Formats: sequence, C-alpha cells, structure tokens
Amino acid sequence: MIGLTHFLTVAAMVFGIGLYGVLSKRTIVGILMSIELMLNAVNINLIAFSRFVTPEVLTGQIFAIFTITVAAAEVAVGMAMIFRVYYDRNTVHAARLDEMHW
Amino acid sequence: MSELAYSIAFYIFAAITVAAAFGVVTKSNLVHSALLMALCFIGVSGLYVLLQADFLAAVQILIYNGAIAIVFVLGTMLTRRSLRHGTNDTEANIPSKIVTLVSGLFVVVTLGVIATTTWHYSSKVIVEDTPSLLAQLILTDYMVVMEVGAVLLLAAMIGAIVLAKGVEE
Repeated sequence: MIGLTHFLTVAAMVFGIGLYGVLSKRTIVGILMSIELMLNAVNINLIAFSRFVTPEVLTGQIFAIFTITVAAAEVAVGMAMIFRVYYDRNTVHAARLDEMHW
Repeated sequence: MSELAYSIAFYIFAAITVAAAFGVVTKSNLVHSALLMALCFIGVSGLYVLLQADFLAAVQILIYNGAIAIVFVLGTMLTRRSLRHGTNDTEANIPSKIVTLVSGLFVVVTLGVIATTTWHYSSKVIVEDTPSLLAQLILTDYMVVMEVGAVLLLAAMIGAIVLAKGVEE
C-alpha cells in the first residue's frame, strides 16, 4: 500500500540531490538547475499532503500552482542574469564571479 | 489488482524521478543534465497523476518541460565557451566529501523524521473534478494571490528583457 510516507521519501531524496547540486556545482546554470529540483521536491510534498491529509479542499494544489509560477519567474530572471554575466565577463563559473563591484 | 498496479506505477515513476535527478547533478555535460532534468519533471508529473492531481500534472509538463527545460538547454548552448572541461563539473575548490556528507545527512535526518512521525490520514472523499474546483478557488478565495502572481510574472518578463538586452538598447 503506497501512502504518504512513500511520496515524502521520494521528495526528500530529490531535495537532497538538489542540495548537493547547489553546494557543489561549478557553473551558475548547474546551480539554477539544482534549485529547480529542490522546488519540484517541495511541490511533491505539497500535493502529497493535499491528497492524504486534506483531500476535501485543494489548498495544497493551489499553493503548488503558485510555487510553479514563482519558479517560472525565477528561471526567466535567472537565465537573463546568466546571459548578462556571460556577456559582461565571458564566464559562467561561480568561483570566478567573486568581485562585488563594477 | 489495481492496488498492485498503483504500487508498480509509483515505483516506476519514483525510480525515474530519483535516477534522473541524480543524473542531473552527476553528469559532466550540461546539455545532458538539462535533458535529464526534463525526464525528472516527467517522472514528477507521473507522481502527480498518482496523487490525483491531474491538472497539476498537465501544468507540470507544460511549464517545466515546455518552458523551463527548453530555456535551460538554450541557456547552456548560448553560454558554452570551452570544451576543455566538462561544462557541468563539480567545483574543484569545494571539498566534495563535506558537501556529500551534508546533503546525505539532511536526507537521512528527513527520512528518520518521516518514518517516526505519525501522520493523520483523512478519510474524507477525494475531490474528483479538480480543474473546475481549482478554477473556482483561484477566482474567489485566492483572487488577490492570483493577481499578485500575474504582476510578478509581468515584472519578471520585463526584468528578464531589460537584463538580457541591456538598458541602453
């Protein structure tokens, strides 16, 4: 019988993988991808709780929709920033972007 | 019988999701990572179908696979510079053992909490017709949040254009 804990386990594993990616990746594109994985894990959690704990109202699903909206906005702005950084500095390596001045 | 089919489908989608997510962070080519991320999103949308969130499964495929994964592939191809290194290697300066330890410890602690907590399952009837109820809720109770989301998307779009093209153009 598949219950809430199974879905939470999958979400925890995906979140842990995303956390590893955020902490260890070399390029900012890879870091952004790992953040997307973490956001997906959160969405799985929200929808699993909505399905098993409050199946008669859809609050969790609505929250997941807004999470997806914010994730889409985040990717758009993040990719634009990556293009800008690449245009200005000709690199997307996180370690080389260490000067916080012009 | 249908419960067995449900379990098999769950394990298949869960394996696809976790394996593809693992591939995203371990592949050394960023394009492979982006395509594996699309596969991971498909697995997640399968999990949504199993959770009876059919509208969100469709939204997941449309937005994550149709927009976000494609943007990542495009971004990867536009910012690739040298082929000396893999484009998605792990950072050499960061001690990867510590990072693995931290994220592994996080997963272990979370799994322990999940296993030891007693979850209160609700026995109420599941909503069957999710899209119409979602639409009703979004346009009544969550109206203000939806408007804020619309403004956020507009701001993100304008901001992305300004950032990518430059203010002076």
